[in-house]
Amino acid sequence: MENVTMEEQLVYDRPESMASVQTHYCPGCTHGVAHRLVAEVIDEMGIKDNMIGVASVGCSVFAYNYFDFDFVQAPHGRAPAMATGVKRVLPHRFVMTYQGDGDLASIGMGEIVAAAARGENITVIFLNNANYGMTGGQMAPTTLPGQKTSSSPSGRDIEVAGFPIRTAEMLATLDGAGYVVRRSLHDPKNIRMAKKSVRLAFETQKHGLGFSLVELLSTCPTNWGLTPIQALKWVEDAMIPYYPIGDYKVNPALKELKI
Amino acid sequence: MPPQGRIEVRDNYCKGCEICVAACPQGVLALAPERLNIKGYHPVELIEQGCTGCGICAIVCPEAAIIVYREVKSRSQ
Repeated sequence: MENVTMEEQLVYDRPESMASVQTHYCPGCTHGVAHRLVAEVIDEMGIKDNMIGVASVGCSVFAYNYFDFDFVQAPHGRAPAMATGVKRVLPHRFVMTYQGDGDLASIGMGEIVAAAARGENITVIFLNNANYGMTGGQMAPTTLPGQKTSSSPSGRDIEVAGFPIRTAEMLATLDGAGYVVRRSLHDPKNIRMAKKSVRLAFETQKHGLGFSLVELLSTCPTNWGLTPIQALKWVEDAMIPYYPIGDYKVNPALKELKI
Repeated sequence: MPPQGRIEVRDNYCKGCEICVAACPQGVLALAPERLNIKGYHPVELIEQGCTGCGICAIVCPEAAIIVYREVKSRSQ
């Protein structure tokens, strides 16, 4: 005779690649979500012992404390250059940089463009929260027109400060890039899509298809002066119209991968 | 009957941002009003029956503080 009993099954637990420490991020900051997605993907691919991360400067610098694998730290904006060196010396290791918009899109813009143009086989996780988070929310190259920050108190004036830079679209024009997409972290559906993209970015590196970058639209509740939930809404209402979610460059070989 | 589930919260990671409270489709999460964690935040907790173990709270949690369990049928002879 068959007995049906109920049994409890684990649905979700903290990924192993995340260190057992509290983060310094403000409550509700989606940096933590990005960390979690990267750690989950690394666990799923089983590459934790083969990873080398490159931390940048900004809030993202403490990534070396929060991930439980090898890390180096680069000068401001120079993470792609350091990752290039690490990857060329140790071509069988997976190399990732984790950078914010103040690091990648302003002081490090030259480095990221050159790394993508060379087609370096590295993965870049790029957090775009439209300001310099760690130093107090100053205007960044990604700050939206009219957005108030501590260094643009009456809103970004495009006559003076120019237009925000759409990094993913720009890098996608380079032939060395294998996988360049933009995703958002503002709701469960988009977080799931972002996780799949992080996976594909690491698969790009695994198969040697060139430079991979995932731009993640992120919140900065403290510097935006919003609650965490209002900040998620602001990403959806203000950032996504300017920074549309999409695949800007996908190497055709990736479409045939079965994950 | 909807599937049954439950969550456990690692209190010391939780920062009380309430993103999971807003995202929970069943509306069964809230911050503990009379408890504080080591950082001085009110951690989130299950306040009533009705958790289905869907895991949406864990997907949106920026601190990876939530462990999700779900009951499944197991057949034995």
